[in-house]
Amino acid sequence: MKKIKKFKNLEELKKAIDQQEASRKREKKKIIVVSSGTCGQARGSLKVIDALKKAIREEGLKDQVAIRITGCHGFCEAEPNIIIYPDRIFYQKLTPPDVRTIVKETLVEGRVVEKFLHRDPLTRERAWYENEIPFYQKQKRIVLGDNVFVDPTSLLEYLAIGGFRPFIKAVTKMKPDEIIQTVKQSGLRGRGGAGFPTGVKWEATRRAAGNPKYIICNGDEGDPGAYMDRSVLEGNPYRVLEGMMIGALAIGAREGYLYVRDEYPLAVRHVTMAIDHLYQAGLLGDNILGTDFSFDLHIAKGAGAFVCGEETALIASIEGRVGEPRQRPPFPAQKGLWRKPTCINNVETWANVPLIILNGADWFSSIGTSGSKGTKIFSLVGKINNTGLVEVPMGITLREIIYDIGGGIPDGKAFKAVQTGGPSGGCLPASMLDQIIDYESLTAAGSIMGSGGMIVMDEKTCMVDVAKYFLNFLRDESCGKCISCREGTQRMWEIVSAITEGQGKPGDLELLEELALATKEASMCGLGQTAANPVLSTLRYFRDEYEAHIYEKRCPAGVCKSLIRYAVIPEKCTGCEACKRACPTGAIQGTRKDVHLILYDKCIKCGACLEACRFEAIEAQRDEAITIVKEVKP
Amino acid sequence: MSVHPTINLDSLQEIVERHGYNKNKLIAILQDIQAVYHYLPAEALKTLSRLLKIPLIDIISVATFYRAFSLTPKGRHVATVCMGTACHVRGAPKILEEFERQLNIRRGETTEDGEWSLETVACLGCCAIGPVVVVDGDYHAHTSIRKVPTILGKYRK
Repeated sequence: MKKIKKFKNLEELKKAIDQQEASRKREKKKIIVVSSGTCGQARGSLKVIDALKKAIREEGLKDQVAIRITGCHGFCEAEPNIIIYPDRIFYQKLTPPDVRTIVKETLVEGRVVEKFLHRDPLTRERAWYENEIPFYQKQKRIVLGDNVFVDPTSLLEYLAIGGFRPFIKAVTKMKPDEIIQTVKQSGLRGRGGAGFPTGVKWEATRRAAGNPKYIICNGDEGDPGAYMDRSVLEGNPYRVLEGMMIGALAIGAREGYLYVRDEYPLAVRHVTMAIDHLYQAGLLGDNILGTDFSFDLHIAKGAGAFVCGEETALIASIEGRVGEPRQRPPFPAQKGLWRKPTCINNVETWANVPLIILNGADWFSSIGTSGSKGTKIFSLVGKINNTGLVEVPMGITLREIIYDIGGGIPDGKAFKAVQTGGPSGGCLPASMLDQIIDYESLTAAGSIMGSGGMIVMDEKTCMVDVAKYFLNFLRDESCGKCISCREGTQRMWEIVSAITEGQGKPGDLELLEELALATKEASMCGLGQTAANPVLSTLRYFRDEYEAHIYEKRCPAGVCKSLIRYAVIPEKCTGCEACKRACPTGAIQGTRKDVHLILYDKCIKCGACLEACRFEAIEAQRDEAITIVKEVKP
Repeated sequence: MSVHPTINLDSLQEIVERHGYNKNKLIAILQDIQAVYHYLPAEALKTLSRLLKIPLIDIISVATFYRAFSLTPKGRHVATVCMGTACHVRGAPKILEEFERQLNIRRGETTEDGEWSLETVACLGCCAIGPVVVVDGDYHAHTSIRKVPTILGKYRK
């Protein structure tokens, strides 16, 4: 690791920021930004970087072109991608040989290579520049936007975008109460799910009796389908740490913990590195830069327990115990870590803090709706064309996110539902697409904001299966402390599983609703209180699908194995034998150029043929056998 | 046949020392032990109980509460199938079934020859490129039923 210069006082830090900012402005080199977060690396960004370095060396461009390796920019669908500055030419889905072509054509000869440009899935138009891509146009990327400009392993790069100016402002010009007032006035609310006003939490912790006080960053992003915190920690860890430092200053905390999931190895690595750098630079430790502010920061790694996202369970986990939530009050602001006043905020919340301090409360509160200010990052995933992280102003509609930014549903399929808020949230149907997004309206619609997962489902997604999926997750992750949650989620899972297997009976749905209510009312923590949301919201909007499973023994989406069988559509089958080769049990008969046939006694319904067929000639049909059984035994 | 290192009490002592014999660091200590052995050997936990002066039952309760810990040895290769929501709607359950068929074990199990363990994870946070499978730390994006034998083949000699 490169040795980092220690700043002796605030003046030196300020000078360094000025210098870094100025040198970036003077920079004449072209800069190639390579997006290389976990998704990018999984798609081969590291090989692209090697190829890029080699090609630049071979073309003798080393003095004219620099490479910046950054975290994720959010457009995961287009990974691995590069942006060439200053023009912002955006090339996507690259392989090492592509990079050679780009270096030759664009860098040496100054031509744009059309075939690597982004093409809009709806209009089929190519976008030359990053800012022309529809995916980015309706976004407001105040938190994520800087990921493009920062190498997350370099403190100097963070300084070059004005990093630590907010901290300097807070430590020199603002009293703790002023910082808290600013955060309160900004209207910032917790980005982890519940949406509690951040400034109010800070004030309560500051006023609470007891010393020392602690602050915690909750990076236990456990909602399946959500990964914005991972991206922020991977792509701009210094901003989160700076937010925590400002929070510590305001609350009067001397020590803080950053709790991060062990499932995020790159985030752990970048945060660990960033903390080391801050210690080396004199920005953490005793009497930071000659002020009387001292602050130490530790990392606590999670060990794979969803319930630890709940603040009291998370505290138990940091203390080295089993992560079981406890009764509140007392709230962590009164009695938290080691029974001392503790302020816990989510990663995205902390990342917003420096921006609010620098630009003021009015700037922040000018974005959003009356009750929900600022932006929110969502992970737009599932059956959607432009998958990735989107940061949008509060108040945008679901339709704008899914169609304008997300580019709609792939393969011409119809939109069915969008699931928000993870296992505590719900599924919203097409009739809710014009719903605006803020804390209140999502709750009113039967879902929640949650940490920001947004999973899009199309006509081929079975909503009963989705409810079963979440119940299975929850019964697995329930810590078991409250019987209503432990047994409630288990029992609901059993009922919904039976429905998907064709064993549903009249009265099941009413029983589910009763259990859902009991689980909600009688459980202590957020996990249990919201565990019924996936069931209740699917029952509310997709009751007909449940009924089709129960009364007609039919899965309309063709997902539930016990209720379907795969069949070949003779008109579409070309006899290419692709399905026959893919079948693991030899259940497909047929010779080349002849219509194939599936032998039902051998078929295990694995779906390999459906996946292998390029002509959509395999179809999940209603299993007639079950219908016959039903007719014989009503 | 054993593919696991024998328990080295010195290295255990070293880990505990690194954490200052601090009981509050139990989870971090268990993570470090697991990083060495790829599971938590009973002998190591007994020694740990003595070193930290915590009843063994309390250590076991933490070790069994958190999903990341395993009390049974792992195979030489570990395949982890992501079961997150985004992967689920894109067919993760079918991918898992194919791994189960190919390896002839169920999720959570290890093959008899000690070569493969099959795991699932609630979400890896790579939702945009799902279904995702991680083998020995390498991420495989956009997996399909047909890709499973190819993925396994890369790690089989």
